Amino acid sequence: MSVQSNDQTASPAGIRTSEKPLGRDDLARLVARDIKPGSFVNLGIGQPTLVSNYLEPEQDITLHTENGMLGMGPEATGDQIDGDLINAGKIPVTELPGASYFHHADSFAIMRGGHLDICVLGAFQVSATGDLANWHTGAPDAIPAVGGAMDLATGAKDVFVMMTLLTREGISKLVETCSYPLTGIGCVTRVYTDRAVFLTGPDGVEVRETFGCTLEELQDMVPVPLRAASAAGS
Amino acid sequence: MLNFVDTVGEAVAGIKDGSTVMIGGFGNAGQPFELIDALMDCGATGLTVVNNNAGQGDQGLALLIKEGRVKKMICSFPRQSDSWHFDAKFRAGEIELELVPQGNLAERIRAAGAGIGGFFTPTGYGTMLAEGKETRILDGRGQVFETPIHADVALIKAFTADGKGNLVYRKTARNFGPIMAAAAKHTIVQVSGIVPTGGLDPEIIVTPGIYVNSIVKVA
Repeated sequence: MSVQSNDQTASPAGIRTSEKPLGRDDLARLVARDIKPGSFVNLGIGQPTLVSNYLEPEQDITLHTENGMLGMGPEATGDQIDGDLINAGKIPVTELPGASYFHHADSFAIMRGGHLDICVLGAFQVSATGDLANWHTGAPDAIPAVGGAMDLATGAKDVFVMMTLLTREGISKLVETCSYPLTGIGCVTRVYTDRAVFLTGPDGVEVRETFGCTLEELQDMVPVPLRAASAAGS
Repeated sequence: MLNFVDTVGEAVAGIKDGSTVMIGGFGNAGQPFELIDALMDCGATGLTVVNNNAGQGDQGLALLIKEGRVKKMICSFPRQSDSWHFDAKFRAGEIELELVPQGNLAERIRAAGAGIGGFFTPTGYGTMLAEGKETRILDGRGQVFETPIHADVALIKAFTADGKGNLVYRKTARNFGPIMAAAAKHTIVQVSGIVPTGGLDPEIIVTPGIYVNSIVKVA
């Protein structure tokens, strides 16, 4: 299978860049390719963590983990495991040359102060104008837990979401208005799904590319108006 | 006034019922387990506890919650796969929860230590965690007013202290330690090692001793 790079001109006719929907790893590979060299990046817990597997050394990406580190390396194994060196998912990790440690207020100042270039998050729903819902189902018996999700959503320069386009019941997670409790308003800039890459903003939703469907077929799945992205700015 | 004490029991002896206690740590990294065990043994109850989480498994903060000693949790991420003691108390209505976005939690603790009366931040604007709070549009963005979190006592873990109470930490175990040390009226630190005054390079000190009241070395 081939995944095309982002900077390719996407004409409406050539918007389908894969014959099949993308799997989780193909999607992670695509996100990794779209991260500009030299970026400072925070990868959320879950599917976004897969992106780190596809970052190339020559991209020179610095990973931030909100519990207090820049320059996070891969997951620790064997003798590398050190209880004092964990990521935001509380998984033991490693440090890369040039890493730094800082306390929690400094770590969130990095996020809240707009210093991070990109954060990649999972989502329950994203609205047509980039509202994000990813922390709470709102179910009456659910114990709410927010962690750093709201800080990441409002602080990073670009917020990328990775999710499946449809729920198990076949309902679009890209929606006109989020029905789940919000994490942030108008914060999401791109949505990477198994069926398409969407660019969200105040003017609505553009489709950069589709996987295994045409734009028309995609429109049938999604309850918000879609248009093909112009090549510039994608 | 700085004291070096011999046991964790002595270190926590002054903690009274109804105190607000900050406990350092993110997950198990930086969690002062020995001090929490001593707090358990000393009997103080009706506590308000400030921590990122609400206890894991069957140790530390989780046991304090299980035993009904915590009246209220102020935290960002109570729900975990192994937070069963908190979950049970919460569902039974036996513990109060103030849920705070993690960056707001850190900044509210920092603000307390820095003598700041409150601050506006975009984090949480337009969400249910901002309900009832003052908001303003600043620099074109909706922002929420957040107040400092003060505490009577902080229990934290550092790596090494010197004779003046200056502290250094280890890797991501640093997390909430430095800001909690500054935010509490009385800061109790467990360390892995103590060196004589002058034994730490002043350039690398993370928490200056002015914030520290009691130090105990644990094995």
